[in-house]
Amino acid sequence: MSLNLAETLSSIETQAEAADWRAAIRLAGAGLVAGGATTPAYTDEMIAAIEKHGPYIVIAPGIALAHSRPSPAVLTGGLSWVSLATPVEFGNAANDPVTLVIGLAAKDHDAHLQVMQALAAVLSDSAAMKRLTAAATADEVRAVLGDLAAAAA
Amino acid sequence: MKIVAVCGMGIGTSVLLKMNAEKVLAKLGIDADVEAADMGVARGAAQTAEIVLTSEELAEELGDVPAQVIVIKNFFDLEEITEKLTAAVE
Repeated sequence: MSLNLAETLSSIETQAEAADWRAAIRLAGAGLVAGGATTPAYTDEMIAAIEKHGPYIVIAPGIALAHSRPSPAVLTGGLSWVSLATPVEFGNAANDPVTLVIGLAAKDHDAHLQVMQALAAVLSDSAAMKRLTAAATADEVRAVLGDLAAAAA
Repeated sequence: MKIVAVCGMGIGTSVLLKMNAEKVLAKLGIDADVEAADMGVARGAAQTAEIVLTSEELAEELGDVPAQVIVIKNFFDLEEITEKLTAAVE
């Protein structure tokens, strides 16, 4: 459980502006592309997944886990981090509005389990989440994640 | 006991749900096998599972299955998962 998410994230963007949920997903998708994790087609697949299944990816108050399934658009798999300056409505009654979008891409169903465990540990830590969503820069996010990983090690 | 955690794709939310459900089950001392599945797999798996864990949107999409369907709102709220699982197994 000592995996440091700061070293795993393909990209980190803080206090980003998104007009709606599609724009927020596009930011997370662009982060995956910039980190070499996916091709731009994966971003469209993430949006299509929500159009098909609804905004269930808003898994906890304020947190959206944007993802699609393993596909040719996934190059290596990865995680992107986008905190939003202005919370965005995804249409999820229980957990709107969203302030943090995590983009997730995986090559297969098992490869990313360690990453998911580390991610679950961070996202379920409400004190850490306050610091993380308030962070103004990517370096601040990395510093908090590094502290968490060190504390868990 | 067989439990299926369901999400649209089978790689993200269902995996998180499975992890947290396993934590809760271990604490409750319930011996259960939790499987993460996408919607397609879940329709099959839900025929033999006793409990299905999922979100509100997906519960509607899953439709009628023989298993007991539990809707989880906050996937990281172990108290919510504990409460709903406890009620379901009693």
